[in-house]
Amino acid sequence: MEFFQRFAIPHPSPAIYASMVAIALVSIGIVVGLTYFKKWGYLWREWLTTVDHKKIGIMYLLSALLMLFRGGADAIMMRAQLATPEAKLLDAQHYNEIFTTHGVVMILFMAMPFIFAFMNLIVPLQIGARDVAFPRLNALSFWLFFVGAMLFNISFVIGGSPDAGWTSYFPLAGNDFSTSVGTNYYMLAIQISGIGSLMTGINFCTTILKMRAPGMTLMKMPMFTWSAFIANVIVVFAFPVLTVALIMGTADRLFGANFFTTSNGGMDMLWANFFWVWGHPEVYILILPAFGLYSEIISTFSGRNLYGYKSMVWSMILISLLSFLVWTHHFFTMGQGALTNSIFSITTMAIAVPTGVKIFNWLFTMWKGKIRFTTPMLYSVGFIPLFTIGGVTGVMLAMSAADYQYHNTMFLVAHFHNTIIPGVVFAMLAGLTYYWPKFFGFMLNEKIGKTTFWFIAVGFVLAFFPMYITGLDGQARRMYTYSESTGFGPLNMVSFFGGALMAIAFLLIVYNIWYSFKNSPRDIGSDPWDARSLEWATHTPVPEYNFARLPQISSSQAFWDSKKNGHVLFKGEIEDIHMPNNSGVPFVMSCIFFVAGFSFVFALWVPAVIALIGVFVCMTLRSFEQDHGYHIHAKEVKETEAKYGEVLNNEDRSRATSRV
Amino acid sequence: MKELFPAKQVMGFVFSLVLTVVALFVYYTDMSFKAGMTLLLVTAFIQAFLQLVVFMHAGESKDGKAIYTNVLYGVIIAVVTVFGSLLILLWDM
Repeated sequence: MEFFQRFAIPHPSPAIYASMVAIALVSIGIVVGLTYFKKWGYLWREWLTTVDHKKIGIMYLLSALLMLFRGGADAIMMRAQLATPEAKLLDAQHYNEIFTTHGVVMILFMAMPFIFAFMNLIVPLQIGARDVAFPRLNALSFWLFFVGAMLFNISFVIGGSPDAGWTSYFPLAGNDFSTSVGTNYYMLAIQISGIGSLMTGINFCTTILKMRAPGMTLMKMPMFTWSAFIANVIVVFAFPVLTVALIMGTADRLFGANFFTTSNGGMDMLWANFFWVWGHPEVYILILPAFGLYSEIISTFSGRNLYGYKSMVWSMILISLLSFLVWTHHFFTMGQGALTNSIFSITTMAIAVPTGVKIFNWLFTMWKGKIRFTTPMLYSVGFIPLFTIGGVTGVMLAMSAADYQYHNTMFLVAHFHNTIIPGVVFAMLAGLTYYWPKFFGFMLNEKIGKTTFWFIAVGFVLAFFPMYITGLDGQARRMYTYSESTGFGPLNMVSFFGGALMAIAFLLIVYNIWYSFKNSPRDIGSDPWDARSLEWATHTPVPEYNFARLPQISSSQAFWDSKKNGHVLFKGEIEDIHMPNNSGVPFVMSCIFFVAGFSFVFALWVPAVIALIGVFVCMTLRSFEQDHGYHIHAKEVKETEAKYGEVLNNEDRSRATSRV
Repeated sequence: MKELFPAKQVMGFVFSLVLTVVALFVYYTDMSFKAGMTLLLVTAFIQAFLQLVVFMHAGESKDGKAIYTNVLYGVIIAVVTVFGSLLILLWDM
């Protein structure tokens, strides 16, 4: 019995017990359902062992939506607690746990998989490739992310949630002040999914550099692919810093090391330093692919070329470099001198320049365009003014002298939500609506989609703009309550109302998916939006091999040229297509990683060591395995293509595209 | 016969041995901490560059330029991180 004591929740509440029951019931429901409908084999063959970038992308997408609801539930609990002064909904400890998990879940387990979902779904199609460079590594990346997310999410029912903030600053996160296993969960879960992210970064850099279709030079890549490339370069350079910092933190907590302690030669500020050396580039890992999506969407629905292609590319390259030069602005008040703060103030403000260039490029793309206000376009048009406000408050925060006033207040909270929500979340929802037909074969309902946009946009403004005011008035972040005499009550109530509108918006998204699944027509052709780049040149839904013949590229919007300017996209005969084999190793290996992570969290050394040996066994087996993939024969490809109604023997004809 | 003999690699191997011997001097001779560290750093970086070019064949393929650009980018970021951290946490604290 004593052994099981360690798994108990240190600070329980009825809500947590209810969650335990709910999790147990859902898990039993899934197992029973899969058995009853005899879907285990299907699940294993089609999803758990798949190396197809499209299926991996869809799994990323579903996981991200799931985590959006987890993080959203945290958010709405926080807003409800702060809606009135001296509220008793949550106590201080629960509030700490909730803002910690909200931050980690939203950044690492919602936004990251969301952008990886779009990279997986779109990048190989946009560059005319059959898959990513290392398909099995890609599956491993996904499953490592997934088990990392699951490990993090079981923390609140087994052993206790992390409660030291998503930044997990030492010494608070050290053993002296965080006595539960919560922070161990933080270290291990982020470590495991971080390894996955790093591998994704390497995989996509290689894919984009090596696997582009004939004729596609770097400067003819579609803008989303460019943004994905730059983001993955940042991943490759930034994530190792996090990996090392997390290993040091784990060593401090589990093995009595002194990297981040205040005694024995340790330096607690070093954690903050390392965390933000990774953390600030991380911001751009999230926002750059979002910018890429906006570029695609704005160009499509304005019916125009993207304005200033070259300046878009160069501003992203500049942002990627500058993103590594600004990290100190997250802790201007930590005590370093005026010289350091001035340097980092200036580099921070400098980032506004390339970002401003991009904003103007989008505006000029729309200028004199024939704008179609579809749902994705609404998100993109809403993004420009809202994100600019977030950017301007960012420049306010960048002034280190003034930052002493804003630091740790709700003003900061308002600022970063003001960049992340219109910047990243709007882009993800726009991308979701825009690319949904490509991968699921039907369109999401426009009317519900537009209603959702207005709920989320108005909800966002009401939820976060009041925080600018209360923040300047001195409301501190991460405080679980405030007294009535502060006068923060009414504005916080407005925030709660806005939060509720956003919650409705997210429910509407789920309703929209269900409604469209039932009602949307399925004969939408391969190009329902009249789009411009290569991902729309293949069939809907996309066949396993993406393109029967590799496309020939001569500009950054080859597909548009093939529709309007007589460019011939597909030439030559259909040949045998080489495809990678499915593999169960990534899934099994990730499950072993989960066991290892869980054992480390509770310092159970025997299973931890056995699991780590298991990981190495998987890697060894892989290196002795001979796997040459398989071929889809030309005949089979032709049959599949014929089913899509493709004209095959007419080589030089530019392909007919259907337009609804 | 001449083109089969890997002259570049053998020279590289000899040179890397020389670098190792020079670095060992720091241990076996009595020099100041500063001089020793300088010698170690210099030999270490030459050694790393040598390995990259001679034995890992950087720059021999078509995308040699991309590899050097990546290395340069990595070096810049490493230098910025190290010296930035020193500036923040020690020199300007």
